[in-house]
Amino acid sequence: MSPDAVLRMLVPLAAVVAVPLGLWLVARLSDAVQARFTLSPLTMVFMNLSRNKVRTLLTTLSVTVALFLFCTLGGVLDTLDASIEVGSRSRLVTRNAISLVFPVPFAYRDRIAAVPGVREVGIQNWFGGQDPVNPRNFYAQFAVDERFLRIYRREMDIVEATQPQAARPVPEGVDPRLAGYLEDRTGAIVGRALMTKMGWRLGQRVTVNGTIYPGTWEFTIRAVYAARQRSFGEEVLYFPFDYLDQRGMAGSKQVGIYVIDVDDPARSAAVARAVDALFENSSAATRTESEQAFQAGFVSMYGNVPFVLRVIGLAIVFAILLIAANTMVMSIRERTTEFGVLKTLGFRDGTVFGLVLAEAAVITLGGGVLGALLAKFLIEWSGFNFGGFLPPMSVYWTTVIAGIAISFAVGAVSGLIPAWQASRLRIVDALRRVD
Amino acid sequence: MSAVEIRDLTKVYHRDQVEVPVLNGVTLDIAAGDYVALMGPSGSGKTTLLNLIGGIDRPTSGSLRVSGTDLGALDAASLAEFRARHIGFIFQLYNLIPVMTALQNVELPLLLVKMSGRERRERATTALELVGLGDRLGHYPRQLSGGQEQRVAIARAVVTDPDLLLADEPTGDLDRKSAGEVLDLLERLNREFGKTIVMVTHDPHAAERAHRVVHLEKGELLKA
Repeated sequence: MSPDAVLRMLVPLAAVVAVPLGLWLVARLSDAVQARFTLSPLTMVFMNLSRNKVRTLLTTLSVTVALFLFCTLGGVLDTLDASIEVGSRSRLVTRNAISLVFPVPFAYRDRIAAVPGVREVGIQNWFGGQDPVNPRNFYAQFAVDERFLRIYRREMDIVEATQPQAARPVPEGVDPRLAGYLEDRTGAIVGRALMTKMGWRLGQRVTVNGTIYPGTWEFTIRAVYAARQRSFGEEVLYFPFDYLDQRGMAGSKQVGIYVIDVDDPARSAAVARAVDALFENSSAATRTESEQAFQAGFVSMYGNVPFVLRVIGLAIVFAILLIAANTMVMSIRERTTEFGVLKTLGFRDGTVFGLVLAEAAVITLGGGVLGALLAKFLIEWSGFNFGGFLPPMSVYWTTVIAGIAISFAVGAVSGLIPAWQASRLRIVDALRRVD
Repeated sequence: MSAVEIRDLTKVYHRDQVEVPVLNGVTLDIAAGDYVALMGPSGSGKTTLLNLIGGIDRPTSGSLRVSGTDLGALDAASLAEFRARHIGFIFQLYNLIPVMTALQNVELPLLLVKMSGRERRERATTALELVGLGDRLGHYPRQLSGGQEQRVAIARAVVTDPDLLLADEPTGDLDRKSAGEVLDLLERLNREFGKTIVMVTHDPHAAERAHRVVHLEKGELLKA
């Protein structure tokens, strides 16, 4: 395991230990700090929260964990959204109309290229290989042609590359640094994050066990790419389509999908219709759609997973509502006499109501902000990408803000009943109670 | 002028649909600057009368004027404001806020008065010095003895400079020495600062310090 991979495991672990430790330290120091507080309703709220430090700490932590989970689940949904956004409006995808698992003939390429409005047609085939050492260590591999590299030059920066054996020109529009890759039939272009994750280096030979195309496949890493946009991802291995065709398909040239670059995005729909019309009555009819729609189709294959994630998210919110409400009710019961004293001194019902509500809001808001930010930074820092199927996992700021808003709302709702109870207490009853 | 004017005051509690009369037509005047001890057996209505005078409970009938204000005419918010301005309370069990220092406990009633934080701290410090705890400002209640806690409670009661101090068994939870110190303090507040004091007590020694003793039995005042 590479040092970076070890670090990626250790940092979340350190964060999980550091957060409660930090909160505990704050709790330990609170007496000395509070003695210096200038008394105000706000400092009263913090003083009251420090009354039972363990309970406040545990409640805050439970809200932190809950919001971390909520935002992480939200991050999965965000990432599914991001995978759709990767698609460009100027790119179309043509596949077999029956299903993605059926190929389309290679002969279609030139006919598609001849359709007015089509600038370029590239090939992309799913390889579906496994790491021979650890099959669970999944990453995506695609067989692509030079035209594909031309189309996606806008998305990928070649950051490292081997030198070619002999200087030779690369096809127009392809990054010149790919000369070494283009001369090697078993060459591979690997994403920077995948290189780090696997501990690979440039020029290394890597082995993949084929599942769709059986056998042990060897590739030599000839270039490393970095994504210009995070959502494009950096955990894919690309290798020449010719290699797959000659070794895996016995030269039958079956294409998984064609990626079409169009001249004018505004005419994408017309181009798509024209392409499909070409093969309407053939044995392999096609379905052409925007790259975004194609990605959205992938996402829809997850079925009800987004719905289930939303339901789980709501269940988490409900759970923290009950935890926070329970804490507040217990806290209020223990302080009945004190509320009586405050009212005796002249504090109004509304002030008492506000103090209790603020306590609940601070607990849930504090825990919520911590949990949501932890999710944002830890998840994005980890670079987890579902094995390359989706872009690196993101938690959008909108999800973080939604999480924080929910934690604030939960605080308000959970504090509402205890606050109302405290404000409605009759002074004489409150002073009489000793529990 | 009377600090407290009570006319034909009654209080009836309702417990499970049963009416429990606690005060039956009490009439009493307490002059400004007076020091009155309320005595009587348990359940005689002493604390109830004190609560009514302090405006933390409402009478069933009768009239009650404190510092010239008819408490029956005040709504809940006005009554809260009245308590903050005119009345200081001292409880048997001190009822300090455990998460606040002595200084912060004394500052608490001043939050209801418009003044700067610095001014608040100065006044609270003065009040604590008055009760002999100028060296205990940063101590939490758990770090103080019972007698010291009660003195902090007295400082909290006087910090707003109220006209009337109401003490409910202020020495009930204290040893003789501490009780003596608290009674000395109340006497001084009455004598030097002119505070009107109404004190509920079971302790004849405490009652001796008052200018006059009023006895209650079964909700009625006994003739002296």
